[in-house]
Amino acid sequence: MSLEISDLTIRFGERVVVDAVSFSVAPGERFGIIGESGSGKSLTTLAIPGLLPERATWTGSVRLDGVELLGLAEKELARIRGRRIGSVFQDPQTALNPMRTIGNQLVEPLLLHGIVGRRDHDERARQAVRLASLVKLPDPSRIVERYPHQLSGGQRQRVGIGIALAASPSVLLADEPTTALDVTIQAGILELFNDLVSESGTALVFVTHDLGVLAQVADSVLVLANGRAVERGTVAGILDHPQHEVTAGLVAAARLTSFDARIPLGGGDPADRRAEPAAEGGLS
Amino acid sequence: MTPRRTQGPAWLRELRRRPAGIFGSIVIILLVASAVVSSFWTPVDPFYADPFHPWLGPSLAHLLGTDAVGKDIFSYLFLGSRTTLLVAAGSSVVATVVGIALAALGALTGRWLRETIAVIVDILIAFPVLLIAVMLTAVLGPSLVNVVIAVGIGFGVNIARVSRGEIRRVARTDYVLAARAAGVGPWRNLVDHIFPNIAPVFIVQLSLAAGVAILSEAGLSFLGYGADPGTASWGRMLHDLQNYITLYPLTAVWPGVAIGLTVLGFNLFGDALREATDPRLLAGSDGPMDRRSSRRRRKAATP
Repeated sequence: MSLEISDLTIRFGERVVVDAVSFSVAPGERFGIIGESGSGKSLTTLAIPGLLPERATWTGSVRLDGVELLGLAEKELARIRGRRIGSVFQDPQTALNPMRTIGNQLVEPLLLHGIVGRRDHDERARQAVRLASLVKLPDPSRIVERYPHQLSGGQRQRVGIGIALAASPSVLLADEPTTALDVTIQAGILELFNDLVSESGTALVFVTHDLGVLAQVADSVLVLANGRAVERGTVAGILDHPQHEVTAGLVAAARLTSFDARIPLGGGDPADRRAEPAAEGGLS
Repeated sequence: MTPRRTQGPAWLRELRRRPAGIFGSIVIILLVASAVVSSFWTPVDPFYADPFHPWLGPSLAHLLGTDAVGKDIFSYLFLGSRTTLLVAAGSSVVATVVGIALAALGALTGRWLRETIAVIVDILIAFPVLLIAVMLTAVLGPSLVNVVIAVGIGFGVNIARVSRGEIRRVARTDYVLAARAAGVGPWRNLVDHIFPNIAPVFIVQLSLAAGVAILSEAGLSFLGYGADPGTASWGRMLHDLQNYITLYPLTAVWPGVAIGLTVLGFNLFGDALREATDPRLLAGSDGPMDRRSSRRRRKAATP
């Protein structure tokens, strides 16, 4: 069992925003957390690597391979973040440092965790290109020298995924990684998640409000509403027999936006792969 | 191809592409060069008074003529550049140290220390830099060191205040959170992710500080609070020449022009440097990498 969360409760002052949430994710498992905005799904994922805002307090337990993470010192957590737990953020426009090159940012986890020496420029360059091609960025050897503002949204999110996976973590957290992207780009990113998770065997925790998206990247799912876990099961089971009214609402919403939420797993629209590099003219 | 190695030349290239950057660089290079050269050699001893030849017009012997006591204006102006450079550089160093220290403390420490520093900074900002300098020299006596300290502290708190807001803005961004999620500790985050992103604001503030330092030294020396009589200074020069400005207006123009051009040079240099170091502001949609390769191509085409 690689990641185990039990009775996780998060408060802002007196207000309980996440209420006794428990779940566990096995290596190689694709686990989805779904809920409407304000349901506490983002805070739950932030709590795992200890990235909650300063004013939040918490109780419960987050264990990674049996080691308790909640309450660890910042220094200890820094050693785990990026190395054992990778994180992908929602908005690729803001999650990359505008002043540093793509290559610089891709290899940062490797430098931080001592996998590649800071002075080993050749190895850094090699790793940057390796990671850029891992996340299927076009023209990897040139794109690593570019800056974030020179990339499209989909490309930036690929960089974000590359950073998260750079040091081969055992858990990959993704908090609404496709929400800020066009629908055509979304499918390609979801496909990338599927490919990388099946290749690396890392555990995936994928947070979204869109059941249609979740159906493409997760096997099991936890439904959150107002900070509580209201339903859990397989994606197929929840789509067919939603028990809770919130789940039923999410299923209805998914059917509205994607016509049929049960898009075949690992599918993705092949048109996206053509569309995305074409949208970025200057590279080839 | 490591990005870090291409960084240095990249901003220098960008700086050379901008008229403001070229002008500012020339002014600063000239200032540094004349400060160094005048320390060893001036056409005439700048302190040698020749009472028999006052108010000479420009000639080969006296490039800019002589003043009321027959001192060579050019040599004095030449040597005065050293004072200007020392004041500008010294004040900038002090302002940087004070500014970064206060801003970092204000951004990283606990709430009480943070708030206390904010209040002290706000109080200090209420005093004009020149007033602090005048008070300091009133207590410690007129000297350039006091000018440097006063302007450095005065502008340091200014920088601290501007950077404090900037640091807080940048510290809240996703990429700083993302850096933490990648395992970056608080100090490295400050150095690698926060400082580079406030650098543009910082550079402009610093160039303004250098300009203000030069003006302050000139103003204080003009008032008799700055450089002592044994130190050549453009402000002191203006002070000495002001009594005769209606009779010999050209003589007072030289130090005035020198001060004005130098301050302008520092300010324009700061602006250009800010643009040159910010990858987002680089002209053209393709950015620096493409420009460099096209430059390379041009070079290859013309052997």
